[in-house]
Amino acid sequence: MIQTTLDIATIRKDFPILNRKVNGQPLVYLDNAATSQTPQQVIDAIVDYYQGYNANIHRGVHSLSQEATDAYEMARKKIQEHFNIAKSQEVIFTSGTTHGINLVATGFSSFLKKGDEVIVSAMEHHSNIVPWQMLCERTGATLKVIPMNVNGELIMEEYHKLLSERTKLVFCNHVSNALGTINPIEEIIEAAHKVGAAVLIDGAQAAAHIKPDLQALDVDFYVVSAHKMCGPTGVGMLYGKEEWLKKLPPYQGGGEMIAEVTFEKTTYADLPHKFEAGTPNICGGIAFGAALDYLNSIGFETLTQYEDELVHYATEQLLSIDGLRIYGNAKHKTSVISFNIEGIHPYDIGTILDKLGIAVRTGHHCAQPIMDFYKIPGTVRASFSFYNTKEEVDKLVEGVKRAKSMLE
Amino acid sequence: MTIQEIQEEIIDEFSMFDDWMQRYEYMIELGKSLPLIEEQYKVDDNLIKGCQSKVWVHAELDGDKLVFTADSDAIITKGIIAILIRAFSNQKPQDIIDADTAFIDEIGLKEHLSPTRANGLVSMVKQLKLYAVAYQTQLN
Repeated sequence: MIQTTLDIATIRKDFPILNRKVNGQPLVYLDNAATSQTPQQVIDAIVDYYQGYNANIHRGVHSLSQEATDAYEMARKKIQEHFNIAKSQEVIFTSGTTHGINLVATGFSSFLKKGDEVIVSAMEHHSNIVPWQMLCERTGATLKVIPMNVNGELIMEEYHKLLSERTKLVFCNHVSNALGTINPIEEIIEAAHKVGAAVLIDGAQAAAHIKPDLQALDVDFYVVSAHKMCGPTGVGMLYGKEEWLKKLPPYQGGGEMIAEVTFEKTTYADLPHKFEAGTPNICGGIAFGAALDYLNSIGFETLTQYEDELVHYATEQLLSIDGLRIYGNAKHKTSVISFNIEGIHPYDIGTILDKLGIAVRTGHHCAQPIMDFYKIPGTVRASFSFYNTKEEVDKLVEGVKRAKSMLE
Repeated sequence: MTIQEIQEEIIDEFSMFDDWMQRYEYMIELGKSLPLIEEQYKVDDNLIKGCQSKVWVHAELDGDKLVFTADSDAIITKGIIAILIRAFSNQKPQDIIDADTAFIDEIGLKEHLSPTRANGLVSMVKQLKLYAVAYQTQLN
């Protein structure tokens, strides 16, 4: 029995896509870690924008432009409040997490030199590995890795040993997309600051389940994507402390990001516009704000509690299947169950589940180092959201059993 | 048998099935009967790119005919490559180059034909044809 004060049946009505069928079966959507579904309230915000006040922002003197600017800046305010950010100019709109990470990594090129070290965790998404490798190649800095144990938890003693006055940057995800581990970012941030290193936390996987207080965390950079938190694709946020954002050079040149341009010299606009060159994803930004409104109307505490119960139930049920192994058994984890069945390729299980209308992800989940660690080609990953039900978990378990009997 | 005749035979076999379950179960059976690649050829050079599971294919000439062997770490993928090999193996390279692949659609595997599909059926067909082109050049 799953206890919750949420009325899941009513919540599901907000998500039109959950009514559709796939391969003749009602859709069971368990790929929320890749992208979450979109409630009608967010779809309405997108439609309202294009039907009512589509215009370019920040420059126009006409009313439509002013309305669009107001709505876009209101969305920035909502993001600021949601993440408890001190100043609205510390909220940079991006195209998503990857964009945010690359912006910071490119900017740091001018601060790093040979002999400097950057630390990354063993359970990062490729988007939080490759930009730093590129940064190290450009600057001659060295990349160090915080190892993890077999449960999928970072070995913190090793992290503390890696830290030194050579450490300039530390990168870690808040929640692992492949394993669901919630990393001890408070400790990571505090320890890094003691040696004078800056910290970037990839919140892509966490933000749909945890409402972080960025001021309390005292983190230097935090990045998220809207599409993992009921918002649209192609928009996200980079939070940076004002002192860092002032120091970092602009990432892209273009309109919006300038104060004055002559052929001799250009002076850059103030924050946040310095990092928002060109016409942004205006509609996306506004819809991101609507998505935060939606999630907050349910309440993070309530939805997290329900999701945790759902994951707990799913874990128990899945483990009742012979030969099934779950990867990632951290003490603190959320929303993700990565698993394999002995002797069966995850791709085969995913294919059969798809035929049954069940959407899961198979493969390395853009985290190949984790798969190498466990010496597996990949996993089947079921990831949950507050609109999923106990009945859907039962269908998943039935589906996996069926796949197993076909494939063995 | 010509490629065309083999393809018609495969279509006939698949037409006996009423639903996807039976089709997939049959494919899994076919996968188990795949002429396996020798271990020495199971190397990265023989991997087909664009597949989520690993697929190795080896080709060699037997007289004027091209013989394929393969393996995969995923059983459904093995079934798919087994069907392709049954249709194209032991044929003249030029016939393989000229063969069309509409039968894949007819046996209900159309969904696997999309180039963005992770199993890379399209990549497999392309790779078999590339081998045929290479050996045809050699024969010329």
